[in-house]
Amino acid sequence: MLGTSVLRTPNKGAVLLEARGITKLYDANGDHVVVLDNVSLELCDGEVVALLGPSGSGKSTLLRIIAGLVAPSRGEVRVHGEVLRGVNPLVGMVFQSFALFPWLTVLENVELGLLRKDLPKNERRARALTALEMVGLGGFEHAYPRELSGGMKQRVGFARALVAEPELLLLDEPFSSLDVLTAENLRRDLLDLWLTGRIPTRAIVLVTHNIDEAVYLADRLIIFSANPGRIRAELPGLPLAQRLQKSQATHDMVDLLYRLLTDPQEDVQRLIPQARVVQAPAHPSYQVLPCVGVGELTGFVERIAQGGGYEDVFELARELQLTADQLLPLIEATRLLGLCAIVEGDVLLTDTGKAFVKADVRKRKEHFRKLVWEHVDLIREIVHLLQDTPDLRQTEDELLKRLEVHYRSAEARRQLATAIEWGRYAELFAYDEQERLLYLDQEHDVSNLEDSQQFNA
Amino acid sequence: MWMGRMWPVAAERQLVQRVRWFWWADLLVLLLLGVVTTGLAVVGAHWLAPRQSAVSISLSLSSLPLYTLYSFSRMLLAYLLSLSFAIVYGRLAASGPTLEHILIPILDVLQGIPILSFLPGVVLALVALFPHRNLGAELAAIVLIFTSQSWNLAFSLYQSMVTIPNELREAAEILQLSRWQRFTRLELPFAMVPLLWNSIMSWAGGWFFLMAAEQFTLGERTFLLPGLGAYLSVAANKGNFSALTAGLITLVILIIALDHMVWRPLVAWADRFKVEEVAGTPRESRVGFAWLRRSFILLGLHHALERSFVEPVDRWLDRAFGFPRVASFPKQEQVPARGRWFWVVSILASAVILLALIVQNAAGLALARIPISAWERIVRAAGLSLLRVMLTVSFGALWTVPVGAAIGFNRRLAGMVQPWVQTLASIPATALFPAIVLVLLRLPGGLQVAGILLMALGTHWYILFNVIAGVRAIPNDLSEVVAITRLTGWQRWRLLTLPAVFPYLVTGLITAAGGAWNATIVAEYVTFRGQVYDAGGLGALIARSAETGDYRTLIAATMVMATIVVGLNRALWRRLYRFATERYRLEK
Ligand SMILES: Nc1ncnc2c1ncn2[C@@H]1O[C@H](COP(=O)(O)OP(=O)(O)OP(=O)(O)O)[C@@H](O)[C@H]1O
Ligand SMILES: [Mg+2]
Repeated sequence: MLGTSVLRTPNKGAVLLEARGITKLYDANGDHVVVLDNVSLELCDGEVVALLGPSGSGKSTLLRIIAGLVAPSRGEVRVHGEVLRGVNPLVGMVFQSFALFPWLTVLENVELGLLRKDLPKNERRARALTALEMVGLGGFEHAYPRELSGGMKQRVGFARALVAEPELLLLDEPFSSLDVLTAENLRRDLLDLWLTGRIPTRAIVLVTHNIDEAVYLADRLIIFSANPGRIRAELPGLPLAQRLQKSQATHDMVDLLYRLLTDPQEDVQRLIPQARVVQAPAHPSYQVLPCVGVGELTGFVERIAQGGGYEDVFELARELQLTADQLLPLIEATRLLGLCAIVEGDVLLTDTGKAFVKADVRKRKEHFRKLVWEHVDLIREIVHLLQDTPDLRQTEDELLKRLEVHYRSAEARRQLATAIEWGRYAELFAYDEQERLLYLDQEHDVSNLEDSQQFNA
Repeated sequence: MWMGRMWPVAAERQLVQRVRWFWWADLLVLLLLGVVTTGLAVVGAHWLAPRQSAVSISLSLSSLPLYTLYSFSRMLLAYLLSLSFAIVYGRLAASGPTLEHILIPILDVLQGIPILSFLPGVVLALVALFPHRNLGAELAAIVLIFTSQSWNLAFSLYQSMVTIPNELREAAEILQLSRWQRFTRLELPFAMVPLLWNSIMSWAGGWFFLMAAEQFTLGERTFLLPGLGAYLSVAANKGNFSALTAGLITLVILIIALDHMVWRPLVAWADRFKVEEVAGTPRESRVGFAWLRRSFILLGLHHALERSFVEPVDRWLDRAFGFPRVASFPKQEQVPARGRWFWVVSILASAVILLALIVQNAAGLALARIPISAWERIVRAAGLSLLRVMLTVSFGALWTVPVGAAIGFNRRLAGMVQPWVQTLASIPATALFPAIVLVLLRLPGGLQVAGILLMALGTHWYILFNVIAGVRAIPNDLSEVVAITRLTGWQRWRLLTLPAVFPYLVTGLITAAGGAWNATIVAEYVTFRGQVYDAGGLGALIARSAETGDYRTLIAATMVMATIVVGLNRALWRRLYRFATERYRLEK
């Protein structure tokens, strides 16, 4: 628990860093793909800011732009009013995978943070040792990283980032590769260091998928939306006292955030009145397939059926130990197929969903086939395309090329992979892994489905 | 600090623990220092001595230590040269797409050029530089050995540099390490393990061509450098069996000693440079260096050196090569694939190299002057060599797969056999060659059989080691499934062993094929007791034309060989490798 009295007051101070109108484009086969779309963010003295949002919404990219590791395509970052060019000299960064140099001892790893300063060796050593003491790793200075547990490694990561006394601490999912208890422990220690002012850091930016973590640590929360990455909303964090006690208010806040994140269409203002809507999320002109396996999807629907056909999203995440970025695609997929619906933060099983769960394995497959055919544009397109080619086959690369008109190439690959898994399982087409070839044969007769679709329409 | 990482003598933490002092360790260190100093003096004196017109190699046993010293110093210098070259070249090649597109294809081509093709240029230039001292010929020998050692090192360094994990790269940038610091703290350590393994390969390659580098003929001039390689060939030429045996034994002892005292401890030490965490891999013994840590002299020396030399030099180099720390935005874009550039640039690169060779050799005559009939001869020779290489390699695959599987599956057998196999493999086949020739030249088939045998001896180990590694890598659960389902004999081979071993086999075959091509120059053409044996083939053509000073043929034949090697790599080996790894890789 927090040992010393709290020195830091959560009052917003002067602006330390300002990112203005940041747009980031990446090249994809000659095409530009927008990863961040005109995003602005201010960081002030004395605040912890959490960035939350779906996978691929550009949180890490924004963090790297702030750090000066990546140049923005448009817009600028100002540090104390000056435009940043190159690596930001005032930041320290902690990485998800620790990024320790395995051939250096713990002490030498921490000393790396001071190399830029050209200090005498003894002074450097002394400062590194102090930093290690601070993160609770005194006595481990001569160990090599591989001898340490994950939690201890990340402590070294923190010491290395903090030893140069950076003004701004950037954390990219720093706790997500640790087990639950270790992460909890480290989070608490970080907050303790921060609140008691034992580190001279003046602001912290935290990227995370863990909503509890964000609520616990942050004075301000920024919610991203994806495709392209935009800031959907910004809301103030809870007062410190409530966060520290893990009160009902914390619980409610986490619940609200789950609702917000699991439903990209949800009206932010209605749900959380104190939130500020920053940018409207883009409405994709085409359907995006959530990357979920058929097995996962079925398991998820079954789980909801067991709970009596509806389940609170937040409770579900708790129970299945899923972070928002893992739960979100599952909900999206079941919604897309019409198996579930979301009402007031609950996942509901639809009638179709109920019928699906009741059916036996063979029948389920038939259901799935019909649902996929009705709801998934991409798979229907693939089947039509295959029907139109004379030998009823297409290479994967050919399809990728078509998809890359809509998606960036990594995304196109993911989309196609999901479409192939679903389509194969639904027996709408077959796939030859070796030749990377999609094809139709007699078993893939969709005439009855075509009829039903026409009938529906 | 940097030295502490580079030199395995005393790691930081040994200072913290109590060090037990042994007087004999200090004595040994003193002795070693004495030996090294004397060695340096002897070698230095020889180098600076005036050049003798006719060197005679004494076959007496007492001259062996000196010859060993000479050969070893040549190897060491060539290796240091290779290492420096590799570090500079590899770093440059990894520093941006433009350089990469130029330097890597050049390296590909250089790998396909056999050592003797460099002979005229290197020798003429260096001997002309120091006409009156041994230095010229000695340097020529070193550069020749260098050409058999350095390319794979440069490749390995480049490979490592471009595969550094992104997060480590980003960490180095955020920490604002200067270029020099990034190089010494991140890039070089990351490259260490592959560099070490490639160093071992390079030394093997160097030993293999030692004889060719210590005794060569160029037109009318014959160069004979005092050393083990020359000793062996003279002994064979004179039919002196006892000298041949003594020379061989000396060489083997030297190689085994190096293996145990240098390479194995280094490999164990380099464990710390592995990025992925491997639990439970047995650490190799550190016998070679353990006692060194007990020496106070060395410990003191190390720390004095660190404080008064390494650290200031590190700082100085940091300032010199550091470049501005806060540079403009670092490049994040992926390096584009080099496939489509490859052909254009490699043709350009071959053109540049050929130009250099032509200029160097002062041949001055365009290849166009080579008559059609000569081209015909070259192409026919190329076909013959191709056949020989393929025969050698497929023969290797045939016997190593069953033998390797037998060794790999049987842990006890592996434990017993492995050290022997390793020792046998470390003997350079060329050193045995005179003995083989002595026996086989009398039989029908003569050099044809002996040549293939030599190529096999030089290359089959790579295949065997890889096959054993492949069998060892078969996951236990797969073996258990096979045992439970009672698959036996051929089924087990077809369903488990062959597919599992295939990617490893291909890796071995690729290395072996490259080695076999390079070996053709010594395997197809032998001068023995004043008589020339020529088995025909591209290697023979290159060796003969280098010897007779027919530079036009040399250049043409070299070009053909480089084209074939590079072309085969592209068209056959890489494809096979990709197929093997995609289809048969066992996921962890
Ligand atoms: N160097 C690059 N080249 C091309 N595309 C990139 C590059 N770096 C990132 N992207 C793309 O930009 C998008 C945003 O990536 P980013 O890592 O910022 O997302 P994120 O919000 O951090 O996601 P996650 O929560 O999964 O970490 C991703 O879809 C990624 O594919
Ligand atoms: Mg991220």
